[in-house]
Amino acid sequence: MQVFTHLRALAAPFEGRNVDTDQIIPARFLKKNRDAFYKNYLFHDLRFDEHGEPRPDFILNRPLFRSAQILVADENFGCGSSREGAVYCLADYGVRAILAPSFGDIFFNNCLKNGLLPIRLDAKNLDAVRQTLLNSIKNNDSAREITIDLAACTVKAPGLNAPQTFIMDPFWHECLLKGVDELALTLSYASEIANFEQQHRSAHPWLAN
Amino acid sequence: MNALQASTRRTLFEKIWDQHIVMPRPTGPSLLYIDRHIIHEGSFHAFKDLRARGLAIRNPQQVFGVADHYVPTTSRDPNDAVTQEIKEVILKFDDNMKWSGAHYFSINDPQQGIVHVVGPEQGISLPGSIITCSDSHTSTHGAMGAMAFGVGQSESMHIMATQTLWQTKPLQMRIALTGKPAAGVGGKDIILAVIAKLGVAGAVGYAIEYAGSALQWLSLDERLTICNMTIEAGARSGLIAADDVVFDYLYGRKFAPQGAAWDQALQAWRQLPSDDGCHFDQTVSIDVTQLAPMLTWGTSPDTGVAIDGVIPDPSRLTDPHAKQAASAALTYMDLTPGTPLSTIKIDRVFIGSCTNSRLSDLRLAADILRGRRAVVPGIVVAGSMLIKQAAEAEGLDKVFQAAGLEWREPGCSMCVGINGDLALANERVASTSNRNFVGRQGPGVRTHLVSPAMAAAAAVTGHFTDVRTLLSQQ
Repeated sequence: MQVFTHLRALAAPFEGRNVDTDQIIPARFLKKNRDAFYKNYLFHDLRFDEHGEPRPDFILNRPLFRSAQILVADENFGCGSSREGAVYCLADYGVRAILAPSFGDIFFNNCLKNGLLPIRLDAKNLDAVRQTLLNSIKNNDSAREITIDLAACTVKAPGLNAPQTFIMDPFWHECLLKGVDELALTLSYASEIANFEQQHRSAHPWLAN
Repeated sequence: MNALQASTRRTLFEKIWDQHIVMPRPTGPSLLYIDRHIIHEGSFHAFKDLRARGLAIRNPQQVFGVADHYVPTTSRDPNDAVTQEIKEVILKFDDNMKWSGAHYFSINDPQQGIVHVVGPEQGISLPGSIITCSDSHTSTHGAMGAMAFGVGQSESMHIMATQTLWQTKPLQMRIALTGKPAAGVGGKDIILAVIAKLGVAGAVGYAIEYAGSALQWLSLDERLTICNMTIEAGARSGLIAADDVVFDYLYGRKFAPQGAAWDQALQAWRQLPSDDGCHFDQTVSIDVTQLAPMLTWGTSPDTGVAIDGVIPDPSRLTDPHAKQAASAALTYMDLTPGTPLSTIKIDRVFIGSCTNSRLSDLRLAADILRGRRAVVPGIVVAGSMLIKQAAEAEGLDKVFQAAGLEWREPGCSMCVGINGDLALANERVASTSNRNFVGRQGPGVRTHLVSPAMAAAAAVTGHFTDVRTLLSQQ
């Protein structure tokens, strides 16, 4: 898993509440191995028309935002299915962080396991950031970058008067900063798990099969 | 009651949580022990990761593989998968399950079915246990008095390797369902009303416990339907305290405790219901007496409305985000505000999915279809081989076929369409499944979520119809 410490990158505004994982990756692409080109399936039916041609209005098809590494989204981003393919797509496309007021529960966890940083920020602030990014097209304003300092848990973004602090649980914070998943840590608790298991089985013997 | 008393009184969810903490932490995630983990063909990612790390399944006896998402419903032969790629996923699951040593319900198994149907049916899903599955509708198993939630592939791999998972405790919500549902109104209508009330993000961060006087009128199948779609309000889990209905159902099932272990389990299970006066972070009440049969009009599951209404008008919404979302949904669904729901014509029906494919669901649909003809094509997909067999023993297959519908082999089928069971672009589908997202049943397909009885009523009339008008003609 990639280490995440500091990121200054192009951000794209992604409009719409409750963007479900069926929109992020339609189910018909869920047969692909992890080494397939998942970036091609990202937002597939929103990004491409029925002939496979890019839809020019779709935000990631606009030349200014095509290489965005940060998405600024709205409430409940990634709701619906547990498909981790949604995160594979985003990660393979190059997205390293998503800012939203809230996330689909399982999607949020899937992000953490793939080094993709899900940041919860206040909805009003994010509305302002999205609006500023959208306006930057008309205004020919080049301020489209967001700076994320994961160690300090701060975000600097166009449209925000001051850097915003976000909350990240210390457990996942450390995993992301070190670029490690939690499996090694869990495996180091093997004896604690074995002890618990023994006690759990004696209290609930019917669960041991 | 003082604060101390309230804090020692726990919810059903909290009791189960507390019994499974391997490594407590004051904040953030705790390491929880997972009693049963269920996987499907999509687990090829988790297996690949597990094997690449040189690991094996730690407790194969606590892991259950069920082939449901990718399997064809036209036969039990992987060669009948609609593409080579799908067939390979099914065969890969065979390989991985043989390697794993875990329990396996393959496409050919006489007890195969949809993961969330097989779990309760085999007695895998027990009260007081923690159940995970690499599918978001795992909340279904909460109707057995369990704490059940969906996980991704990385989490699935972690559970296979360690039989544990790091989890952050959700907030607690209680939904009191009161009153008695009218004839023609059931579990599906109730959960669509719940989601419409909460919104699709309304329960993010929560586990929901359903309680209240209405539960006595609901079958176990209906409770499973309610917990199944709890995820559609954003909740992590949906739970209902296990009672004699659950205990009677579980008794004698393959993976349920037997003999003295049963008595011991029963004694423990009876201690699990939420304590009187325990704390819930949010409480909601819904009088089900007032509900009519429901259907969704939009592209998210919280757009359920009563059949006797009309398509809502987005211009009446004050929130600009909601207005825009509703307008976009109406455009996709090709619907006009003010249109009476009962005039909307359909092109296809789908009766099945982990939400509504159990025997009582099939009976409700068959009761409407008996002696009538469907005027649109449709498929009926039983939730498991055992349900299929039981339905055939009652002659339900003949009822469906006589009505002109196809009677298929068990699987997720047109709910998610991974196996290729899809509708055609621009078709409007009356579906008993759980999601009406854009493109869910195929690019350009318009999905309306309904109960099995409402799907059957739409099939025979060709448009959405208040099923109560057909009941009165019987």
